[in-house]
Amino acid sequence: MKKVYSRIESITGNVIAVKASDVKYGELAEVSTRFGLSLAEVIRLEDDLVSLQVFAGGRGISTGDEVRFLGNPMRVSFSDDLLGRIFDGAGEPRDKGPALKENLITIGGPSVNPAKRIIPREMIRTGIPMIDLFNTLVKSQKLPIFSVSGEPYNQLLARIAMQAQVDIIILGGMGLKYDDYLFFKEALEEGGAIQKTIMFVHTAADPVVECLMVPDISLAVAERFALKGKNVLVLLTDMTNFADSLKEIAITQEQVPSNRGYPGDLYSQLASRYEKAVDFSDAGSITILAVTTMPGDDVTHPVPDNTGYITEGQFYLRGGRIEPFGSLSRLKQQVNGKTRADHRAIMDGMIKLYSSYKDSLEKKSMGFQMSAWDKKLLKYGSRFEAEMMDLSVNISLEAALDKGWEILAECFDPEETGLRSELIEKYWPVKTAG
Amino acid sequence: MTETKGTVTAVNGNMVGVRVSGAVSMNEVAYILVDGKRLKSEVIRIRGETAQVQVFEITKGIKVGDGVEFTGDLLSVELGPGLLGQIYDGLQNPLPEVAAKTGNFLEAGVYLEPLSRERLWAFEPKHKVGDNVERGDCIGVVPEGVFEHRIMLPFGLAGSWTIKSIKGKGSYTIDEVVAVLTDARGAEVPLTMCFKWPVKRAVECYAERLRPSQPMVTKIRLIDTFFPVAKGGTYCIPGPFGAGKTVLQQVTSRHAEVDIVVIAACGERAGEVVETLKEFPLLSDPRTGRSLMERTIIICNTSSMPVAAREASVYTAVTMAEYYRQMGLNVLLLADSTSRWAQAMREMSGRLEEIPGEEAFPAYLESVIASFYERAGIVRLRDGGTGSVTIGGTVSPAGGNFEEPVTQATLKVVGAFHGLSRERSDARKYPAIHPLDSWSKYPGIMDSRAVDYGRSFLARSAEVASMMKVVGEEGTSLDDYLVYQKGEFLDAVYLQQDSFDKVDCSVSPERQKRSYRLVLEVLATEIDAKDKEDARSWFYGLRQKFLDLNGAEWMSHRHAALESEIESLLVGRSKGRDKQAERLIKVLE
Ligand SMILES: Nc1ncnc2c1ncn2[C@@H]1O[C@H](COP(=O)(O)OP(=O)(O)OP(=O)(O)O)[C@@H](O)[C@H]1O
Ligand SMILES: [Mg+2]
Repeated sequence: MKKVYSRIESITGNVIAVKASDVKYGELAEVSTRFGLSLAEVIRLEDDLVSLQVFAGGRGISTGDEVRFLGNPMRVSFSDDLLGRIFDGAGEPRDKGPALKENLITIGGPSVNPAKRIIPREMIRTGIPMIDLFNTLVKSQKLPIFSVSGEPYNQLLARIAMQAQVDIIILGGMGLKYDDYLFFKEALEEGGAIQKTIMFVHTAADPVVECLMVPDISLAVAERFALKGKNVLVLLTDMTNFADSLKEIAITQEQVPSNRGYPGDLYSQLASRYEKAVDFSDAGSITILAVTTMPGDDVTHPVPDNTGYITEGQFYLRGGRIEPFGSLSRLKQQVNGKTRADHRAIMDGMIKLYSSYKDSLEKKSMGFQMSAWDKKLLKYGSRFEAEMMDLSVNISLEAALDKGWEILAECFDPEETGLRSELIEKYWPVKTAG
Repeated sequence: MTETKGTVTAVNGNMVGVRVSGAVSMNEVAYILVDGKRLKSEVIRIRGETAQVQVFEITKGIKVGDGVEFTGDLLSVELGPGLLGQIYDGLQNPLPEVAAKTGNFLEAGVYLEPLSRERLWAFEPKHKVGDNVERGDCIGVVPEGVFEHRIMLPFGLAGSWTIKSIKGKGSYTIDEVVAVLTDARGAEVPLTMCFKWPVKRAVECYAERLRPSQPMVTKIRLIDTFFPVAKGGTYCIPGPFGAGKTVLQQVTSRHAEVDIVVIAACGERAGEVVETLKEFPLLSDPRTGRSLMERTIIICNTSSMPVAAREASVYTAVTMAEYYRQMGLNVLLLADSTSRWAQAMREMSGRLEEIPGEEAFPAYLESVIASFYERAGIVRLRDGGTGSVTIGGTVSPAGGNFEEPVTQATLKVVGAFHGLSRERSDARKYPAIHPLDSWSKYPGIMDSRAVDYGRSFLARSAEVASMMKVVGEEGTSLDDYLVYQKGEFLDAVYLQQDSFDKVDCSVSPERQKRSYRLVLEVLATEIDAKDKEDARSWFYGLRQKFLDLNGAEWMSHRHAALESEIESLLVGRSKGRDKQAERLIKVLE
């Protein structure tokens, strides 16, 4: 039994300090406050002064409150009983179900040995051409959706989750609006996926420190399932809220900020979470699909910027569509060479032409005369947007490729497409009369 | 181990304060004793009785009062035969062996031997008893893959020595004594086939440094022709995320004409390293016919591995590169990304509460970057041979803006700048090296006047393009429009290169010259076009042929056929040729 300390030396923001001995870095403690018990984590040791970050926040803590060290780091219960359940950022039930205390596992564990990883090789089909054809999602990929607030990113997330063939879905919600929380719950129930789903939800009303726990808890559970051979899809929304919690805490601890107030280790912090995505050579996998909202629609903002440097691509959601520019799946080349012989060529070729279309559009908007070529491009661009980019399109990859050739053939002559002659011979649709 | 003992007094992230009794040295390795594990760390500040150490592991679980052992040794790597083909973490822990021992995860406090203690090496002496030798001298050789691996006097062994005894031809492990040296005072030193070297000290056992002047061929047209890198030179690849830095380095690591490639995956994605380490053993090096892995060392400290070891990893990598340079080999070190290394310094500096510079990077950022790149170089060894270390580092600037401390500090010291542009990568124009902003101070594979001729089209074409944005195509003269099309043509068929095509991914200097000559012919020809529409469609047809040519096997029938098709397309539209270019084309022939 550990000693109880009843004198708190200082309280700054969410951080309290007590004099104590024999305390481990990263250990948990329970603080009993007027609002009840809260967990707290040791974040700094200096001689006998122990600083702890209080999950429920510093508000209302009194210097006379009791602190009891638990001797273990943050843990979460792991078993099949988690399935279908909903918890908060501290791992406590948010539904009416019982608290789970068996088989506790430590969160934020060590990283996977790179030598034990395998090259991702399996495509995840979503039925969305902008993903399947142009930026294929791959099992074990880590990929964020970059978007401004107001875009239907949670809808997109839910749609992919439902369509993807995975064993388990884990939703980590950070600063989630209550409505969005209910949306996910209902969407998963309707889609019949709720029994393979576990939710760890921190809502906008919950204490900020708990927000920080959500990715680690979600990923620790995902990792265990993956080790048991399951393919797990982890949805994290919204990682910008996670980063903002890091920022808030760093600032109250008077750390020197590096960029717009964010701590210098933002990259490492985000990376240690995203890098949990993995395909184990002898077990299951973790795929991470996250949402990163971009303050002011600015991708150079530190959160999307650092995220882009960590993840294996990103989907830009803008105006309700996945933008071809900037959107990228870096793992696509692992799988798109094995789908269909024309996959890569159509993917590159159509995007190049779409980019030329954008140029023509700009010229047009400036009132310049449209050349014959510009006119072709304009026709192409609008068809591309309507038949490929629109999120309501729900077709297989193969159908999308055929559609691609169809659009090209109706807009261009073969040599205008920049596609290799062999492919054109094989795939160019023969024009039917009329 | 030294006599010095310490106890933990503070823990803050991966920075631990230790009260010490006895002598400590700066950058000395210490071990923190936690729950039966020994966590490796490095002393990075000493003040009175307190040493600050950065821990190369997760610090969770450390308590105030935990014991600390000091080794007296600076952070070092072990050098000897068997480094090639290995996959190490930033501290030279062999990752596959670690995996065999601890499974899927990297457990803290597991440090394994970097080189096999059992493996036998066929030693052949190169000196005899009585010979005088000094540090860096080769006393014998062992075959390592296709290389003759020199067994050298440890680089730190000062003074002149005489060989007292030396083993004859035979097979020995790296721990067996193969020679004994004595000096004038009769001191004796036994030599094995391996020794340690502190990673943060440059190896300087050579006769002199030479000026980098020979191109290091990457087989990437845009680089070899326009922005060449020299053997022993330095270059950087800054670019926003997703612009193609890593792919560019991966392609280079496969095709570059060097003896050995050291890949330092520094704070980037684990998945990218996995690609290399799974694919290299299956790929063969066209120069030797052996597996690519046999010429490669991978130092892998990816983004979720401990940050302090990330800082060390680039030094570990460059030390191994220098070691092989001492054998008269050309070594290429590719570091991805140096920004992550700089960030590791920033994290450390923050925890030490140093006064921050721009963007909270430490004030010494510039000098540290400069001294890292200074470790590149082509050198004349004492035996008269030469060896080189070429360093290429990627930079990941915040927000993709090159006006930031790491990019700026790097640009000050490197010899070539391959700046990747977001517009080019968005338009899938790979490699996305910006053809007008980038530069190189090194001589390339081709006559520079011919290169400048092509460059002038790129510049003029860009001017016309931006003018066209203002006055429209209709406001542009046909002549200007043709210049624009020529620039676009050069870009599409020569600058851009398909890294995933089995032919186009690697283009020999010979082939580059031949295809550049053909491009020059196009640039130099006055094209007969009715109007812009006519010009555009003719150029598109030509481009199509040229792209097919790029994909055709070198000197195949198809290659020859396409070449003559292009020639005849050109003849059909020629109104004459630029005289100046005629001469340049001659030079390339
Ligand atoms: N030469 C190329 N040919 C074809 N595709 C490329 C090429 N270079 C890059 N790409 C595409 O761009 C993606 C991103 O490239 P890469 O991983 O090299 O970017 P990066 O600059 O290293 O980004 P980061 O800074 O985030 O690591 C690749 O996965 C690939 O899809
Ligand atoms: Mg990269």
